[in-house]
Amino acid sequence: MSGHTPEEIHHHVKIYIRVFAALAALTVLTVGVSYIKLPVMAAILVALFIATIKSSLVAAFFMHLANEKKIIYWILLPAVAFFLVLLVLISYS
Amino acid sequence: MSEHASHDLPFWRKYIFSTDHKVIGIQYLITGLLFLLFGFILMLILRWQLAYPGQPLPFIGHLFPESQMIGGIMLPEFYYQLGAMHGTIMVFLGVVPVAVGGFGNFVMPLQIGAPDMAFPKLNMMSYWLYFIGAVIMIASFFVPGGAAQSGWTSYPPLSNIASVGQTFWLVGMAFMINSSLLGSINFITTIIQLRAPGLTFNRLPFFVWAQFVTSFLLLLAFPPLMAASVMQLMDRVAHTSFFMPTGLVVNGALSSVSGGGSPLLWQHLFWFLAHPEVYVLILPAMGIVGEIIACNTRKPLYGYKALVYSVIYIGVLSFVVWAHHMFLTGMGTTMSAFFQVTTMIISIPSVVILTTFVLSLWGGSIRFSVPMLFALAFLPMFGVGGLTGLPLGLATADIHLHDTYYVIGHFHYVVAPGTLFALFAGVYYWFPKATGRMMSDKLGRIHFFLSFIFMNGIFLPMFIMGLAGVSRRLYDPTQFAHNLSTQPLNVVMSISAWLLGLSQIPFIINFFGSIFRGKKVDNNPWKATTLEWTAPSPPPHGNFATEPHVHRGPYEYSVPGAKQDFIPQSAPEGAR
Amino acid sequence: MSGDSGIRYISHPHPVTGVTNSKLGIWCFLASEVMLFGGLFSAYILLRMGAASWPEGSAILNVPLATLNTMILITSSVTMVMSWASLALKDFKKYRWFMAVTILLGLAFLVVKGFEYAHKFEHHHTPSTNTFYAIYFTLTGLHGLHVLGGILVNTYFLFPGSALWKKDPDQFMGRIEAAGLYWHFVDLVWIFLFPVLYLL
Repeated sequence: MSGHTPEEIHHHVKIYIRVFAALAALTVLTVGVSYIKLPVMAAILVALFIATIKSSLVAAFFMHLANEKKIIYWILLPAVAFFLVLLVLISYS
Repeated sequence: MSEHASHDLPFWRKYIFSTDHKVIGIQYLITGLLFLLFGFILMLILRWQLAYPGQPLPFIGHLFPESQMIGGIMLPEFYYQLGAMHGTIMVFLGVVPVAVGGFGNFVMPLQIGAPDMAFPKLNMMSYWLYFIGAVIMIASFFVPGGAAQSGWTSYPPLSNIASVGQTFWLVGMAFMINSSLLGSINFITTIIQLRAPGLTFNRLPFFVWAQFVTSFLLLLAFPPLMAASVMQLMDRVAHTSFFMPTGLVVNGALSSVSGGGSPLLWQHLFWFLAHPEVYVLILPAMGIVGEIIACNTRKPLYGYKALVYSVIYIGVLSFVVWAHHMFLTGMGTTMSAFFQVTTMIISIPSVVILTTFVLSLWGGSIRFSVPMLFALAFLPMFGVGGLTGLPLGLATADIHLHDTYYVIGHFHYVVAPGTLFALFAGVYYWFPKATGRMMSDKLGRIHFFLSFIFMNGIFLPMFIMGLAGVSRRLYDPTQFAHNLSTQPLNVVMSISAWLLGLSQIPFIINFFGSIFRGKKVDNNPWKATTLEWTAPSPPPHGNFATEPHVHRGPYEYSVPGAKQDFIPQSAPEGAR
Repeated sequence: MSGDSGIRYISHPHPVTGVTNSKLGIWCFLASEVMLFGGLFSAYILLRMGAASWPEGSAILNVPLATLNTMILITSSVTMVMSWASLALKDFKKYRWFMAVTILLGLAFLVVKGFEYAHKFEHHHTPSTNTFYAIYFTLTGLHGLHVLGGILVNTYFLFPGSALWKKDPDQFMGRIEAAGLYWHFVDLVWIFLFPVLYLL
């Protein structure tokens, strides 16, 4: 978030409401999909895909990551990279 | 702004629950040094059993309770407690608290010209979490069954079925992990936010760079061990089977747990921490050595940029080498190949660092002060430790060497005559900053030469024993015929260890004696350039009377045409 | 964290990095949290891939209750960010209102979780039953502890901690933002936990 002028904040609030609606809809969607008995691999991919979208929305708008200072990205970059390393290498073994 | 609020505090707020980074740094340093001594003494006791298996420990043997020694003869259970706790205490309660908590806390804010850490209260909490964790670890010696005895690596399933001491180990570790988490957040924030005006990242002293990268390692590598500790705690307390495979037989009976777990999972998560942890042990040491070499050769560090990039490179790569500790687990050739390659690659920046240090000596007018002696000894000792690691990083050689004394020799060369020498160097170097007094040069030299000889007396024979195939975990090495030929070496090593213990007496006398009786010196006795030497000794609360401004790089020694052979970082532009 | 020794950038951002100390600090903390849950998620993957059979979450766990809990947490994230926005609009009353709702929603989440746990224990489904329940209880338990921690922090900022608003509104807003970042992160973890444990 860059500015704190009232107009900007009101604009932010509008976005928050929309994000909330999207999150709720995606929650319903992911539960709905789970009732269609997809093959395991497909089910995992769909569920993780939806979860990734949802978490990206939270991170981007609620946590203001969509418009954050560079230094924060630099802190998060190694964390995300090593998170993936951990996941990929351990599951590969 | 920077002076008030320090004189009027009561004693316990000023020296015990202090939020001042210098007080916390000294608390860390002294607590850590005491734990180093304690962990060392555990090993001195253990070495009796290795040198003279089954013989009663003279003089003090009968002081131990029957659960530990019978008639002065050490029980195997106690032997394994000593081994496990020696490793745990030296790494987690000794070296890291001294290197990061002690030197990092005391020196780093001074070197960047900050009044304190970014979060002073968190800093205090970090120390006290460490303290509580340490108390829990020590308390575990007195619980039924004694302390943890499954090695410092706590491999399950053995650790899952061990006595209650292991639970204490896990809870103690949880405190240590949270302590270092708070510490690393504080370090990163402080280094990024609170550098004095003009102190850009490429003017940062090498020591600060080393602490910066170390903090990232602590921040990101410790949490998976936290996760693993939680799971092992669940295994032990709630009888889950995270690390318990199906069909496990314990003491001749089928284990009653549900099974389905994986002991390998622990190894992965443990080494995901513990390999970066190795660099947590060595990077601050390299930082200290870099500072001391630049100051005592009176010339800039050779290849400052190469050093900085190497440190960052090591930091990143250290997260993808962990499974070279696991070549024997049967994780498959693809994984082995991957981790062999990364392990070979990570040796390159380490060599770059060592090489630049050696090259920095060339053409310098070296002052053989006590800190410099330790720093100089660090170079070949770390070299031996590093080079002997290469065969361990190759699966083919590691199959033979794994879990032998060769491994012990390898990593002890890195941390004992390596890191510990650097830490001693740091103590001698920054002591006048912390107290305003010098440590005795004569006692320092005695300490150095004796330590240097006996350190090698302990660790050099380990390579021979390891190549001969002696396992690292034997309570009584003489029960196997192939160990008999190397058994005399165990006597040499044990005697060296005990003499090394005696060699620390001059240091202890020097350290405590010099606080009161050391020669008084001015603010910059070593004629060094970095910012901490422009603050008063000892620095007051808030450190600098006026905020320093930085105009140059960290190592402007012997600049041609300059009046003196050093120009402090804060000297104004054009000052000669 | 009082500025008694002249530490800068507590309430105003650093001119170069553009952030305050607390914001950088909380992001470091979250980076570390990513690795904590990363460790547990990788444990989940390894255990599941190594298991002879793995139960389907939806068959043995209560999906409607978990869906309710998901909705509760998402809503609480909105109220949390609204409490911050209210401060930005200098509306302290509204801030308190939104913060109180956030805390209540957090508590509601824990109550629902409590019912779920109680139900499992009644049927003797405990962590020791099998590795699925082991990782289920460990992950949700650790997440629950994070929710509890968030509730405690938020309660502090609702009552005693809010005195700072009068003294230094910028610093207080920074603290609420940091508390919010933590709270959203806890929500974010749940967004992954929900499908991974309950739906797959």
